[in-house]
Amino acid sequence: MGCGGVARFWREIPQRYNLIGNICGSCNKTFFPPKEACPYCRRKSMGKMQDIKFSGKGEIITYTIIHSASENFQKQVPYIMAIIKLNEGPKITAQIVDCDIENIKIGMKVDSTFRKIQEDGYTGAIYYGYKFRPCNVLVTNNEKEKCETK
Amino acid sequence: MSDIGIVSYGAYIPRYRIKAEEIASVWGKDGESISKGLGIYEKSVPSIDQDTATISVEAARGALNRCSIHPKDIGAIYVGSESHPYAVKPTGTIVGEAIGATPELMVADYEFACKAGTAAMQTCFAFVKSNMIKYGLAIGADTSQAAPGDALEFSASAGGGAFIIGKDNVIAIINKTCSYTTDTPDFWRRAERKYPAHGGRFTGGPAYFKHITNCSFNLMKKVNTKPEDYDYAIFHQPNGKFPVSIARKLGFSYDQIKQSLMVPYIGNTYSGATMIGLSSVLDIAKSGDRIFLTSYGSGAGSDSFDMTITDDIIKLHRGNAPLVEQMVNDKKYIDYGTYAKLTDLLYWE
Repeated sequence: MGCGGVARFWREIPQRYNLIGNICGSCNKTFFPPKEACPYCRRKSMGKMQDIKFSGKGEIITYTIIHSASENFQKQVPYIMAIIKLNEGPKITAQIVDCDIENIKIGMKVDSTFRKIQEDGYTGAIYYGYKFRPCNVLVTNNEKEKCETK
Repeated sequence: MSDIGIVSYGAYIPRYRIKAEEIASVWGKDGESISKGLGIYEKSVPSIDQDTATISVEAARGALNRCSIHPKDIGAIYVGSESHPYAVKPTGTIVGEAIGATPELMVADYEFACKAGTAAMQTCFAFVKSNMIKYGLAIGADTSQAAPGDALEFSASAGGGAFIIGKDNVIAIINKTCSYTTDTPDFWRRAERKYPAHGGRFTGGPAYFKHITNCSFNLMKKVNTKPEDYDYAIFHQPNGKFPVSIARKLGFSYDQIKQSLMVPYIGNTYSGATMIGLSSVLDIAKSGDRIFLTSYGSGAGSDSFDMTITDDIIKLHRGNAPLVEQMVNDKKYIDYGTYAKLTDLLYWE
């Protein structure tokens, strides 16, 4: 039985499960996914790149609605894909869930949630990771305040 | 010895709902009378990208958000469910990685129909009591299955709860726990089968009612209490009628169980049912409140707990994770066609 992309997904578990990126110890710029070296500081950043766990809170920069999806995602159409600017700086692409298509908008505050990303058919491995949802869904007023004050 | 009990808690309920009337209309049945008969108006449905692992992670993260425990201090994770995503590969490994508790911890998945979550609580309680771990994480979660057209289709739903058990900053002391177990084949799912089967009315008297009654009376005898000594009671809720009936039979009032009674609005979340009921009580509990809980798992067995809320409940940041009531009210209705797609009724390979 083939194992598809198991090794690749396994290597990416820290990023996919917990949004682990890194920060340059020289210029304090943050990166997701993590980089071997800071593209701005280059040589000066060597040995100074440190892992950082991002909060998972951010804002939608832009989005698109997927109507024609690849095989693994056909049951989910139409769904929202967005570029999200995390509060700590990096921009990442992710699916938006728990949000009706008519309610999505640029500038919407979102936070990360843990979902199934895809699976290798009915017999292969299941791959989990981050998606994002509107900040006002399933969070209390305290959490909402945290999102809005960032 | 210092008190051992619940240090923090979290719950998760998916957003989709389907009404009993919608299911009934597909099968040519009278939805109103079924709703009335079962005491279930609607049930939660997992999204296509949700399963027991994702629900467990959301509940566990909620528990961690409410307290200041470092995930690495969690020495054991036990996930109880009858819908683990893998037959072989523990859900607990995914949860452990997702909350940052790996790699130095014990993990195993439990299965005991609807009471696997409370069995996990007992295991964590014992490990903490024996000083083998500092904290244990007990989870009960399910995306329960029901064959199309079966009576279970009106109740089988999705959700879960997670409890961190320890002896520091305990919000609910577990004064005593006990179990009652027999070989009673009231409900089962054979290996490699997609849907469970059940004994119809046999699931009542000799199963649910016998086990909960005996386990509950045994516990109250051990701790020398009466139903009126408790502020809240939680019983497993496979439908809206059974928990009300068993409460009355044992001598508890409706007021004592109403805070935990979620089944009319979210259905039977199986391993998550008593866990979500307890979470709902902890959402509003105050210092000194005494809580009685008895779960039930087909097959069959019950676990009973006698708990007391401590002064530390006010230090817990309950607002840092969604309250059960908020999740129950945050919903989006779907039709049966969408339900069929989301729950993989349209199985093809």
